[in-house]
Amino acid sequence: MTSLSLPPGERRIKLACRDLWKIYGVPPREAAQIARTGDRAALQRERYGRKPLAAVAGASFDIHEAEIFVLMGLSGSGKSTLLRCLTRLIEPSGGSVTLDGENLLAADRRRMTELRRKAMGMVFQNFGLLPHLTVLDNVAFPLRVQGIDRPTREARARDMTGLVGLRGREDQFPAQLSGGQQQRVGIARSLAAEPEIWFLDEPFSALDPLIRRQMQDEFIRLQKMLRKTIVFVTHDVQEAFRLADRIAIMRDGAVVQIGTPAEIALVPANDYIAEFLRDVPLLRVIRAADVMRPATDGKPALPQFSTEDVLEDILPVLLGGAAAVGICDAAGTLVGEIAAADISGLFGTQRAMPA
Amino acid sequence: MKPASLSFSASAILGMVAMPALMLACLAAARAVPAIAAFPAGWVIPVPAAINTVLGWLVPALQPVTGLASKVFGTLLDALIVTLQFLPWPAVVLAVALVGFKAGGARLAALVLAAGAYIVLAGFWRQSMVTLSLVLLSVPLSALLGFLLGLGAFFLPRLRRGLELVFDFMQTFPAFAYLLPLLLLFGFGPIAGLVATAIYAIPPMARCTLSGLVEVPRERIEVAEMSGCSTWQRLVWVELPSARPMLALGLNQTTMAALSMVITASIVGGVDDIGWAVLSGLRQADLGKSLLAGLVIVLVSVVIDRITAGLFRPRSAVGSGKNRPRWQPILLAAAAVISLGLAARLAAPDLLQGWNETRGIVDLGMLNKALLGFVARYSDLLDAIKNAVLFYLVLPLRVGLAGAVLPMTWGFSMTPAVTAVYAALALLLALRQMAKGRPSGAAAILCLAALLHTGFVAFPWPAALALAVWAAWRAAGPRLALFTGLSLAFVLITGLWIPFVKSLYLVIVAVALCALLGGFFGVLAARSDRFSALLRPINDALQTMPQFVFLIPALMFFKVGEFAGLIAIALYAVVPAIRYTETGLRNVPPSLLETARQLGCTPVQSTLLVQVPTARPALLLGLNQVVMAAITMLPIAATVGTSELGQQIYIALGKADAGLGITAGLVFCLLAINLDRILRGVAGRLHSAQ
Ligand SMILES: Nc1ncnc2c1ncn2[C@@H]1O[C@H](COP(=O)(O)OP(=O)(O)OP(=O)(O)O)[C@@H](O)[C@H]1O
Ligand SMILES: [Mg+2]
Repeated sequence: MTSLSLPPGERRIKLACRDLWKIYGVPPREAAQIARTGDRAALQRERYGRKPLAAVAGASFDIHEAEIFVLMGLSGSGKSTLLRCLTRLIEPSGGSVTLDGENLLAADRRRMTELRRKAMGMVFQNFGLLPHLTVLDNVAFPLRVQGIDRPTREARARDMTGLVGLRGREDQFPAQLSGGQQQRVGIARSLAAEPEIWFLDEPFSALDPLIRRQMQDEFIRLQKMLRKTIVFVTHDVQEAFRLADRIAIMRDGAVVQIGTPAEIALVPANDYIAEFLRDVPLLRVIRAADVMRPATDGKPALPQFSTEDVLEDILPVLLGGAAAVGICDAAGTLVGEIAAADISGLFGTQRAMPA
Repeated sequence: MKPASLSFSASAILGMVAMPALMLACLAAARAVPAIAAFPAGWVIPVPAAINTVLGWLVPALQPVTGLASKVFGTLLDALIVTLQFLPWPAVVLAVALVGFKAGGARLAALVLAAGAYIVLAGFWRQSMVTLSLVLLSVPLSALLGFLLGLGAFFLPRLRRGLELVFDFMQTFPAFAYLLPLLLLFGFGPIAGLVATAIYAIPPMARCTLSGLVEVPRERIEVAEMSGCSTWQRLVWVELPSARPMLALGLNQTTMAALSMVITASIVGGVDDIGWAVLSGLRQADLGKSLLAGLVIVLVSVVIDRITAGLFRPRSAVGSGKNRPRWQPILLAAAAVISLGLAARLAAPDLLQGWNETRGIVDLGMLNKALLGFVARYSDLLDAIKNAVLFYLVLPLRVGLAGAVLPMTWGFSMTPAVTAVYAALALLLALRQMAKGRPSGAAAILCLAALLHTGFVAFPWPAALALAVWAAWRAAGPRLALFTGLSLAFVLITGLWIPFVKSLYLVIVAVALCALLGGFFGVLAARSDRFSALLRPINDALQTMPQFVFLIPALMFFKVGEFAGLIAIALYAVVPAIRYTETGLRNVPPSLLETARQLGCTPVQSTLLVQVPTARPALLLGLNQVVMAAITMLPIAATVGTSELGQQIYIALGKADAGLGITAGLVFCLLAINLDRILRGVAGRLHSAQ
């Protein structure tokens, strides 16, 4: 846990996958063969009257401790499949998944069960609540599975329901709750067993925009407290850029770009991604640290901002007439500065992007 | 629109002409070659005798086991009957009413009380308790076995297809056909009936268990996996609770099936239950008695249905457990009532004796006279209906237009000129199909025209075989075609072809009647909410009634004969026709109807031109249900004098020829399963085409 003080990119690697494939439409053995050779031509050949479908095609990335890693892509791009390959809810056709250095694909069923009980928690798009159980029993379900006695697990479940703001509703049934409340139950349940990694598959997609926004704030609040390693799936660009430490963008099963929100916003890898970014409020995504120049010495005291501040906060000062602002790190030492020209240059490159 | 001429390519014309040409060739050849006109008797293999031989050594081998089972269950049954009959009726009725209150509130409790009062007043208390004992013994057994089978099919996906086929056979195999071997195995008496009941009542539970488990939402399975459930934990904590509504439905259906079969099994006799009361009433032309007893069955089945459906209703979301009474006080009160009854019975046996064993307050002689008078008053109308159906529906199918069109009934006869007009008409219809680009539709019309002209019985068997295989192929592909071909070959070599064909046309006539009536009522119900609400309880009651009951009104109005059987079949099978028509039409998207109204359709036009075509797949599934219901009812209708497969089975029962019964039963199943698969295939094709 020593690495938690480092920036996300330098922390210990928690979960990693290499050249991960999931191919539908052919028998597993042939799918494995295609995955091993990466034979893209084989994917074009019709078998049994249809083409094989690579729902995940050679994905590789590392997820670091306490990082929010967002998988983003259009519907059908393979996000859910990739997520389920990472948890082995779906058996990948090929590649590797390692958790804390342990090869998950080699784990037997018993070991997998143990890992899921202890190390993994998951939130589902349609909540996945068990309708015959009360809120409290739903939240306590993972603990019950582990054979924890009733008083202990109920006390723990009560804590979790309190944490997500559902105190007083413990004895209600899922059908009596609104969508947002149901997803709070889903979140509480996924956290009940204190997992190390938290998987969320489009957790807020089924909610209307206002509630979604509220739940995102809630999620950010929880993560500040809990500092879990998170894999978060969404098709909503704004949500991705709002929550992510790093984003992986998927298209047709392949990961086409991985980077921090600012990296992606500033240097989109291709037109496809640039098209996505049209909906992203760049000023709210790019932070001072992403665009600052090294501080020139001997300047008089400038208005001061932190490296974590977004451009949206800095811009009014620059527009108000300041030539440049100074940027300080957490310790308060001046590390850089931003001039109005730096920002307008940024948008110049954006506009020059072919649409 | 494609220009018509484009569809007349060479292959299309071949597709249109090939089958009809084969038909005509067969018809022509039949005149010259008797082996084509009728399946040669010399080719028949004595299947029944072979089955009898097998049974001959199988039965003695199994008898020690079955004999023991028979003893055990016989003792249990006796104990149950004695107990229920010993208890004074007010105690039993009150206890059931309490359970009814738990299941469906005050209304259901009132229904139970009313039903109890009727049973006592009509004088069928003792018989009802025997029936109840049989149901109470057979339901847990069937439900448990069905549940285990469903569970097994769930865990062994490889076996599923095979098991489904087995379930199909169990449900369509006429009980009369296996009653005989069961009698040999378990001895004369109620236990054979009980086993027959179990065979019939297991599949609904097994099917519901399987489909409930298979249809558990994927997300819930994933929740279980991610929580780290073992297979067992997943089954008990996630899958079974999720499947609960289906399990409840299965239990309800199994109970109803058991009740229905208990009544039917009374035909072997051995116990004085309510089914026997109906049957003996029918046999002694004591219609009043069987009518009263039939009403008892209706009430008992409605009560059992409502109670089982209510008890296992899924715990609803809102106010769960609050507005429904808890189990504990209900059970305590019921126990108190029962013990009070016991005490009363022991303290004052003579007082209660009279109450329990009353013959009822109805004078059966008067009732019979009134009924006969009622029927006699309408006999002209009834005869007219009967003759119309016989002359215009049944006869043409049996002997063909060639034989059935007579000056006396139709006003003209099939002179060569009329035949030519008929042929031209068929050709015209076929050409219209061709113009729409459907060569096989055209071929089907021509073939059906030929079939209608010769009639089912005289239609040469090779042509029938070819037609059936072709239909199966078109409906669901080569696998079904092979199955159909093999099935018909089996029918031919057993020598049961003629009864088979007679069953087929009886089913077709019954289905046609149901489609007409059911379609009419269904359309009305789909158009008017008030009519729908009026119809629903009637449909519910009809659908919960054991098949046997339908014989009573049929016999009452039409006397013994094929027509009474037909009416019984149609009464039983009309409900699915109404139901599927209504839901099918109601499920047509309202936007479509609005569009139709916008375009200026009259209500009738929008029903015929928009609703019916859109609802075609649903309607076809309904038709399938009607066909299955009609087939289930056939062997029971045979007891009032139809002359087909059901009659063969009935005869076999009388002659104690188990082999013949089983063979005819098998042929019966094959008829049902083939029709089912073909209709479902067509429905599936329509569905995917839309
Ligand atoms: N069991 C399956 N069999 C065959 N194809 C599948 C299966 N599951 C998923 N696919 C296909 O794999 C592709 C990726 O599906 P996936 O559910 O991972 O997409 P997604 O990115 O999560 O989309 P969404 O945003 O709609 O949830 C889709 O084209 C889908 O049709
Ligand atoms: Mg998804």
